[in-house]
Amino acid sequence: MNPVNYLYLAALLFTIGGAGVMIRRNAIIVFMCVELMLNACNLAFVTFARLHGNLDGQIFAFFTMVVAAAEVVVGLAIIVTFFRSRHSASVDDASLMKL
Amino acid sequence: MSSFPLLTVTAVVPAVGAIATAAVPAARRTAAKWLALAFSLATLVLAGVIAARFTPGGARYQLSESHAWIADFGVRYELGVDGIAVVLIGLTALLVPFVMLAGWHDADVLEEHRPNRNWRPTQGFFALILLVEAMVVIAFESTDVFLFYIFFEAMLIPMYFLIGGFGDRAGAHSEDEQAKQRSYAAVKFLLYNLLGGLIMLAAVIGLYVVTAHQLGHGTFSLPQILQARAAGQLHMSTTAERWIFLGFFFAFAVKAPLWPLHTWLPNAMGEATAPVAVLITAVVDKVGTFAMLRYCLQLFPNASNWATPVILVLSLISIVYGALLAVGQRDIKRLVAYASISHFGFIILGIFAMTSQGQSGAALYMVNHGVSTAAWLLVAGFLISRRGSRLITDFGGVQKVAPLLAGTFLVGSLAILSLPGLGPFVSEFLVLVGTFTRYPVLGVIATFAIVLAALYVLVLYQRTMTGPVKAGIESMKDLRLRELVVAGPLIALLIFLGVYPKPVTNYINPAVKDTLSDVHKTDPAPQINAVAKETAK
Amino acid sequence: MDHLIGALVGAPLLGAGILLTGGRRLDRTGHWIGCLLSAASFVIGALLFADMLGKSGSARTMTSHLFSWVPVAGFQANVSFQLDQLSMTFVLLITGVGTLIHIYSVGYMEQDENRRRFFGYLNLFLAAMLLLVLADNYLLLYMGWEGVGLASYLLIGFWQHKPSAATAAKKAFIVNRVGDMGLSIAIMVMFATFGSFSFGPVFSHATSASQAKLTVIGLLLLLGACGKSAQVPLQSWLGDAMEGPTPVSALIHAATMVTAGVYLITRSSAIFNAAPAAQLAVTVVGAVTLLFGAIVGCAKDDIKKALAGSTMSQIGYMILAAGLGPIGYVFAIMHLITHGFFKAGLFLGAGSVMHGMNDEVDMRKFGGLRKFMPVTYVTFGLAYLAIIGFPGLSGYWSKDKIIEAAFAKGGTDGWILGGVALLGAGITAFYMTRVMLMTFFGEKRWVPDADGHEPHPHEAPRTMTIPMIILAFGSVFAGGLFSLNSSFLHWLEPVTGHTEGHSPVSTVLIQAATLVVLALGLGLAWVQYGRQAVPAVAPRGSLLTRAARRDLLQDDFNHVALVKPGEYLTRGLVYLDHSVVDGVVNGTAASVGGLSGRMRRLQNGYVRSYAVSMLGGTAVLVAATLLMRGV
Repeated sequence: MNPVNYLYLAALLFTIGGAGVMIRRNAIIVFMCVELMLNACNLAFVTFARLHGNLDGQIFAFFTMVVAAAEVVVGLAIIVTFFRSRHSASVDDASLMKL
Repeated sequence: MSSFPLLTVTAVVPAVGAIATAAVPAARRTAAKWLALAFSLATLVLAGVIAARFTPGGARYQLSESHAWIADFGVRYELGVDGIAVVLIGLTALLVPFVMLAGWHDADVLEEHRPNRNWRPTQGFFALILLVEAMVVIAFESTDVFLFYIFFEAMLIPMYFLIGGFGDRAGAHSEDEQAKQRSYAAVKFLLYNLLGGLIMLAAVIGLYVVTAHQLGHGTFSLPQILQARAAGQLHMSTTAERWIFLGFFFAFAVKAPLWPLHTWLPNAMGEATAPVAVLITAVVDKVGTFAMLRYCLQLFPNASNWATPVILVLSLISIVYGALLAVGQRDIKRLVAYASISHFGFIILGIFAMTSQGQSGAALYMVNHGVSTAAWLLVAGFLISRRGSRLITDFGGVQKVAPLLAGTFLVGSLAILSLPGLGPFVSEFLVLVGTFTRYPVLGVIATFAIVLAALYVLVLYQRTMTGPVKAGIESMKDLRLRELVVAGPLIALLIFLGVYPKPVTNYINPAVKDTLSDVHKTDPAPQINAVAKETAK
Repeated sequence: MDHLIGALVGAPLLGAGILLTGGRRLDRTGHWIGCLLSAASFVIGALLFADMLGKSGSARTMTSHLFSWVPVAGFQANVSFQLDQLSMTFVLLITGVGTLIHIYSVGYMEQDENRRRFFGYLNLFLAAMLLLVLADNYLLLYMGWEGVGLASYLLIGFWQHKPSAATAAKKAFIVNRVGDMGLSIAIMVMFATFGSFSFGPVFSHATSASQAKLTVIGLLLLLGACGKSAQVPLQSWLGDAMEGPTPVSALIHAATMVTAGVYLITRSSAIFNAAPAAQLAVTVVGAVTLLFGAIVGCAKDDIKKALAGSTMSQIGYMILAAGLGPIGYVFAIMHLITHGFFKAGLFLGAGSVMHGMNDEVDMRKFGGLRKFMPVTYVTFGLAYLAIIGFPGLSGYWSKDKIIEAAFAKGGTDGWILGGVALLGAGITAFYMTRVMLMTFFGEKRWVPDADGHEPHPHEAPRTMTIPMIILAFGSVFAGGLFSLNSSFLHWLEPVTGHTEGHSPVSTVLIQAATLVVLALGLGLAWVQYGRQAVPAVAPRGSLLTRAARRDLLQDDFNHVALVKPGEYLTRGLVYLDHSVVDGVVNGTAASVGGLSGRMRRLQNGYVRSYAVSMLGGTAVLVAATLLMRGV
């Protein structure tokens, strides 16, 4: 199979993720969409590694995973705390950081 | 060159003093005051040592220290003093102890409401003053443009806190209104000077680019640049030199301040306490005029000559405008601020008249203005704090109840109006003569200011000190011992500088000679050289 | 002997230092310290005088270099003194009259709690005045010049609690500053022209400078002289200066300081001799002031202000004489010395009258005082006779010479100047007789003051009368002594130069004419104030009288022409500074603030909208990169 197809898939996944981040209000869903975008990037990295025949892309994919894992830890913790104090998981309720 | 880093130590001592003072526990604030005073006196001793070790007429920059700092950008930690720097370091080191003594109780008001256990306004006040001193000293000492720039900008921060945090509480408004005015003044001071500094930063980078381009390695070192130019390796294009010059000059003109960039000064001096106002006008602002003499003229001689006509006109406007506005003020400290603007006009006029008398006069003027304004304004501060008001109309007849206060205030006033026999006269006359020999019309117009100076000084004295005793003045106390210790030596110094300024001019004259040869200027010769003819006979 | 010159200045300076810093503990002895140091200066002066008499010719000029004051490249100012016959004359006048007035003040200021400070200021004045006449260069002279201005300021405003005194002091200083500006610019012109401002080099090369330069220097020096010597147009301060204690009026505003202008012009004779246009200006100023002061003196009811008008007028004579050039210098100085005696005597007499009359100065409330204060009456009377130029007394010798010299100038100028001087002599006789009659003759007119205290006129204590008696001797004999064998002329001639004038009319005729106008003035005054009773309230008077009471509208003119426009200018500038110069700054700040206020709306706090803007931004960046690639 032509590896370029994987790139199309990655673009599709990224778009879905991006749309989800912008449209959905539930923090958990937004969070999942972010993960989706990250994974789309990973897919693209790996594909490029394959296309170019070196390992740079794969290494970057590992970095992304590490960062994503860290993000999950911090992000989920924030969401849980937020839910506890507001009894809501809607991101629109977290709009106090405006002037 | 000695191996002992005297210049570094002189700057480090007050900096260490600042840290030590800030670290004193909250309960021991009197100890903090004495500690800070001790450090400032130690700095004064070191400044004396610098003056003693310096050989007037010797090498241009002496006691030099030079170390690589940020090698990639050619930034060096380079210190060295010429005669003018020696004198100004002496002035700074001399004034700071008086500022501290005069402001001995200025932070006490803030001690009353103690929000938490670590609340230490007194320690902060004195530490900030020492910090300013350290930065001003190193700005006078540095011969590397970048190093200078850093401290030129950095001194704004402690000054900001001194103005905004420890303001004068003698305003006529409510507590809230005062706080608002104070923060307005402090922010205005900071923004105005930051703007000047930013433009200067662009010019500093421009200078680096030019040197990197022509010398192969970029440098900020003043001696290196001067050497390269003397050797013919460095030729700035006319346009580049002019733009970079303007960038530098703008920053210094804001700091000095020159009309029309002066409006921050009356606010800052009005809202700050009198000792802090002295620190602004007598110490920090001197860095601006000093830098004109050291950086503008030495780095950009051609551009300086090019810009001279405009600068002379602006300084002339400053002189007359400042004096006229001082006549129209109702607030004592704003009056002093406008008087200072007029005097800074004289200093800048003297620098750009490009004659030995003008520039020596200007350098001497910096010293005399520092001492005379300190004497005048610190005593005015004693007056203001007693009455709790800055408005001239709230005073009257003080002479009757507090003769010593009135007497010392009068001597300070007379110094401000340049009475012969007191320091400022010598420098003002030198500036006027130096200007006159090259630009007779400008010299004559500037001389009008001596009448205006008499007007604002004597009207202030008359309204506050003479006449029947006003309500609220009857029980005014005369000067205390601490206050006499502030006023007495300053007055003695004013008389000394007026009668025998030679020790100071000995330091200044060789430096001025070097600067004049940098800008390729010689004094205009008299039409008939009567002195030469006399000696020939 | 030369090094003693410094001590001349040093002694009173030391006194001023001790008295002004000594504090309250010197209150009981301070005045005697002041007198002692003033007398010490006089003794040193006398010693130097004796020494000088022993020498001859150019050896009489002594110099003493103390230290280098302001050395900057070509600008070399030294603190060094030069004592020649001209300076010596002044030294003796200043220290002599000064010491007498110190002694007088011991009595006069007895009740004043600040007597120590008063003596400190007096000593300061002596030091500055001596510095002025002893300096060997113009810058040092300038220091003395402003120093006496300071002393005058301090002493006029000595009773600071009186607003009128404080205002008068300030006015005197500021008007003087205008003159000082002239002097300082003159020094600058000298430096630019000669490369020096020391007497020696400037005078010896004066003739090689261009006429225009010399005229400019001369006119600027004249401006300085006008300020210090209260000449038109800078005369307005002298009348107000009478707010000071009377000994001050006697010493500073009659005998010594106000004559500094005459000294300046005489000292600069080398410059003026080579600048005829400047000389003409000097004579015009002198002639105008001579009449101006005399007219003002006729209308004043305040005894001190009448005397102040007279001082102005007499100095007008001196300035006129000095403007005549070598035919007049000697007589200017001679009149200055005799005037020093009789005018100081008159003021001390006036002070004595005030002392006895609860500080009343209105002559309409005096009258018949000769019975109550015989010593004051006699000494004042002798000084009076001297000032009007009664034959044989001091004023006669010196004033007549000036009138003769004015005629001797020749041409139309000579006739006009001579005529003015002659007319002035007549008016002098009128107003001085008026003062004499209103004060010492006629019926007593005093009334109880506001508190109901009836004045009890009495003779002054001995510390006051002795100086008056000594000055009266001077008023009577000094002029004759100076004229004996033209001794004063020979004494000063080596310094100022002298040429005999050739009067178009015979000297005898001029002397006769002088006596006639004197008799006329005297007679007119007697008709008006001697024969008929003096009304206690001043009559309305003619237009001229009313103008003269207001000092010929000088203050009104200054107010309209200078003070008011100045006020409007400063007020306008304050507004301009606040609204335009600062307005631009604050306007910039405000517009930046407004812009950011609008930008702030973009921060709505919704994560989704931030995500959109991030995505949009990334899309723009990617598109831009691709487009750049494509190009």
